[in-house]
Amino acid sequence: MKPTDIAAPDYFHKVVDCQWACPAHTPVPEYIRLIAQGRYSDAYMINWKSNVFPGILGRTCDRPCEPACRRGRVEETPVAICRLKRVAADFKDDITHRLPRPSAKNGKRVAFVGGGPASLTVARDLAPLGYNCTVFDGDPEAGGMMRTQIPKFRLPNSVIDEETGYILNLGVDFKSGHRIESMKALLAEKYDAIFVGSGAPRGRELDIPGRKEAAAHVHIGIDWLSSVSFGHTDKIGKRVIVLGGGNTAMDCCRTARRLGGEDVKVVVRSGFEEMKASPWEKEDALHEDIPILNFLVPVSFIHDNGKLTGVTFQKVKAEYDAKGRRNLVPSGEPDQTIECDDVLVAVGQENAFPWIEQDCGIEFDEWHMPKVDPKTFVSTNPKVFFGGDAAFGPKNIIWAVAQGHDAALSIHKLLSGEDITERPLPEVHVSSQKMGIHEWSYDNDISNDKRFKVPHRDKVIALKDIRTEVELGYDVKLALGEAHRCLNCDVQTVFSTSLCIECDACVDICPMDCITFTENGEETDLRQRLKAPSPHPDQDLYVSSDLKTGRVMVKDEDVCLHCGLCAERCPTGAWDMQKYLIEMTQAGSACPTKSRSAA
Amino acid sequence: MTYIAKPKFQHPGLKKNELGYTHRDYEGKVSTLCAGCGHDSITASIIEACYELSIEPHRVAKISGIGCSSKTPDYFLGNSHGFNSVHGRMPSVLTGANLANRDLIYLGVSGDGDSASIGFGQFAHSIRRGVNMTYIVENNGVYGLTKGQFSATADRGSKSKKGVTNTDNAIDLVAIALQLGATFVARSFSGDKTQLVPLIAAAIGHKGASFIDVISPCIAFNNHAGSTKSFDYVREHNDAVNRLDVLVGRDPIAVDYAPGTVQVVEQHDGSKIALRKIDADYDPHDRLGAQTFLARHAAKGQIVTGLLYVDPDAEDLHSHLNTVETPLNTLEADALCPGSAVLDKFNASLR
Repeated sequence: MKPTDIAAPDYFHKVVDCQWACPAHTPVPEYIRLIAQGRYSDAYMINWKSNVFPGILGRTCDRPCEPACRRGRVEETPVAICRLKRVAADFKDDITHRLPRPSAKNGKRVAFVGGGPASLTVARDLAPLGYNCTVFDGDPEAGGMMRTQIPKFRLPNSVIDEETGYILNLGVDFKSGHRIESMKALLAEKYDAIFVGSGAPRGRELDIPGRKEAAAHVHIGIDWLSSVSFGHTDKIGKRVIVLGGGNTAMDCCRTARRLGGEDVKVVVRSGFEEMKASPWEKEDALHEDIPILNFLVPVSFIHDNGKLTGVTFQKVKAEYDAKGRRNLVPSGEPDQTIECDDVLVAVGQENAFPWIEQDCGIEFDEWHMPKVDPKTFVSTNPKVFFGGDAAFGPKNIIWAVAQGHDAALSIHKLLSGEDITERPLPEVHVSSQKMGIHEWSYDNDISNDKRFKVPHRDKVIALKDIRTEVELGYDVKLALGEAHRCLNCDVQTVFSTSLCIECDACVDICPMDCITFTENGEETDLRQRLKAPSPHPDQDLYVSSDLKTGRVMVKDEDVCLHCGLCAERCPTGAWDMQKYLIEMTQAGSACPTKSRSAA
Repeated sequence: MTYIAKPKFQHPGLKKNELGYTHRDYEGKVSTLCAGCGHDSITASIIEACYELSIEPHRVAKISGIGCSSKTPDYFLGNSHGFNSVHGRMPSVLTGANLANRDLIYLGVSGDGDSASIGFGQFAHSIRRGVNMTYIVENNGVYGLTKGQFSATADRGSKSKKGVTNTDNAIDLVAIALQLGATFVARSFSGDKTQLVPLIAAAIGHKGASFIDVISPCIAFNNHAGSTKSFDYVREHNDAVNRLDVLVGRDPIAVDYAPGTVQVVEQHDGSKIALRKIDADYDPHDRLGAQTFLARHAAKGQIVTGLLYVDPDAEDLHSHLNTVETPLNTLEADALCPGSAVLDKFNASLR
């Protein structure tokens, strides 16, 4: 193998698995260290810069970072990254003085369709640069699906108000109750750019016999949640069936439990394991005495002269074809009817753009989705950009934020007369953490603690009030314990070939057998010859150039604890622990700045 | 030295030996030696050898004297018996322990100061008696704990870190061990684990006095130009006569080497050593030949490494003394005091 080029920004970025997996590339270990030091406001600002909604995401994020967390490959569970983010939000001081100020306007006008996470991210990036940002939304308050679809017992209004407020206070003009009904009319208002962040607002229908007749007691999940959110709906029947296995279904069933549903069941077509809902959301539903019945396909709504009485299901089983694809086939058992008073249908969401006329210069593909460039988020109309669920279908908030940053950069470049396809490289800082012979500026003593559980409110109290938040969040002590579980994967092991005397000290001390000195070879061959097996070929090998004996140093990045013992035991300083901090390019940060790092 | 404990986490894919242990289970405390010390590599090699042999840690007694080397038993086999004796007295303590309990595996760890100076006589007599042990000398040619004065194994003409030339003749412990009748004699280098680990494993399997001289560079005081025990010097002057593979268990030997290049030695414990010859003329069963070979190469400034001599039919001190199979420390009162009738009979045999 060729010597690893550690100067390429992506190499060390990939080693920070959580940050690499985060769509917005939040510097996770950096803010976790600050939490451990009690610097909650600093930790919050790092998050705020990168993911815009730390308090909201700290409660609701789908956490792509956690399955990626290196700790999960070393022991059973990853670091509770998401809930630590909430800790930063919960314990921070007033940070308003640290936010950007509304700046002198540059005369350019940008319109936003929808006031959800994608639009607000773009507005936050653009408003401080002087753009006139006008956000149109049909709802009375900003937040989009974060406000309408996520139940208050998971995400209180106060958190949404605070974090949307930080953005609107940058001088963003929020036009509430103003639904955009015509793209043509919006284009005619001669905005310099338009960002469409209107989400995936339509719940998928379940068109089976009895749907029309029983319509009064069959509700579309996201519409029903939205109605509950605004206080239009405040009760439901005693017996409720929720159809669907995603996170919306979990929100529906838990909401139903709080509005009078005593016997609430979730019924899914697939097996329990294959459900789309995040494992922790399923756990929370089960904890609230909501059974999840699987391998049942709804075939008809049963009604008594228009009054819903139950749902009939066909029993199915999973069969796998030669290619390993799963098919649900009837099991042959008799159909099962489950009695109920109400049904909530949460079988998916769709995009809908009835308000975009065909002659706006915005082309749609065969699935009726706008043709959007995945890097710049521009549509076929060079002035119209899409992001969030509106661009590529339903995903999570963190994706909307990440796409928002990219779209904001595109809009800024477009309106600065630059080529939007040229994307500036991220800013990277690498600095040694050595403070003394065996002293590092980070805590390298690895904690053996298992993942700490987030305290929950007592179930009896929680189920009584739909606005009572269930999760209480970590207290300071639990947060400190959990923060210490972080392995500091951003503190990188950096090897200097010229200093190495091949004494084997690093090989002997490495607790994870990551380091091997051997003859060079092709990657597959080298992976066979490592000191410990290499089960994850997606994890890079760090290979040195030729050493004095003609061998090379090979380090498997896979399960390195970043404990720094290789560097402590190295007599010549050939190993050093260096903190790698990458800041993704956002609108207005095209040139490297002399920004002061928080740590 | 490192102040934090080595993390308990281990690579999830580590192989386990017959006892279900990984090599991490054979570790001791974290080393307090200087960073990069060759002794730490020897420690790692002992750990690896014991892991590969699936040795139960409680069956090992590790005994040492005083010095950097003699600190190392704290860093391996944290669950074994250990005795840190007076300077140079490891061989006597080991001999005594061995006589009391012949069932343990004895690992004597010493240094060039401990064995070639203050304990030279002790070393000689334990070898002479054929105590069943593995005697490892971690040889760096200097007194590291007292800031790097020449030891008795420093080569004449080699230079200290300050540039002073050594005018005394060196003691070659391997040559002495051969002369005193050690039945397993080897030399290796801390920077070459592929050679060292099988040598330690084979020595542990050997019944009799096994002696391994391991050249182990002192990073702090003896790893400079002019030293003959530095990483660079040893790598340049290393003349390995053979390479070993230790084959544990009773598996048939299926080693795929060109005919005539491999010599198989069966040990008392049933394990086999496959010796891959590097020097075709070298015969590790010829004690006199080995002595001459060593002397000739030493004169040329070469460091001969490998398994230099092995007597597969060796006997140990217990067989010389004709002691009972049962370890003496487990003999009960009825065996130790068999009664006046037996005493009378014994007395009669001496009249």
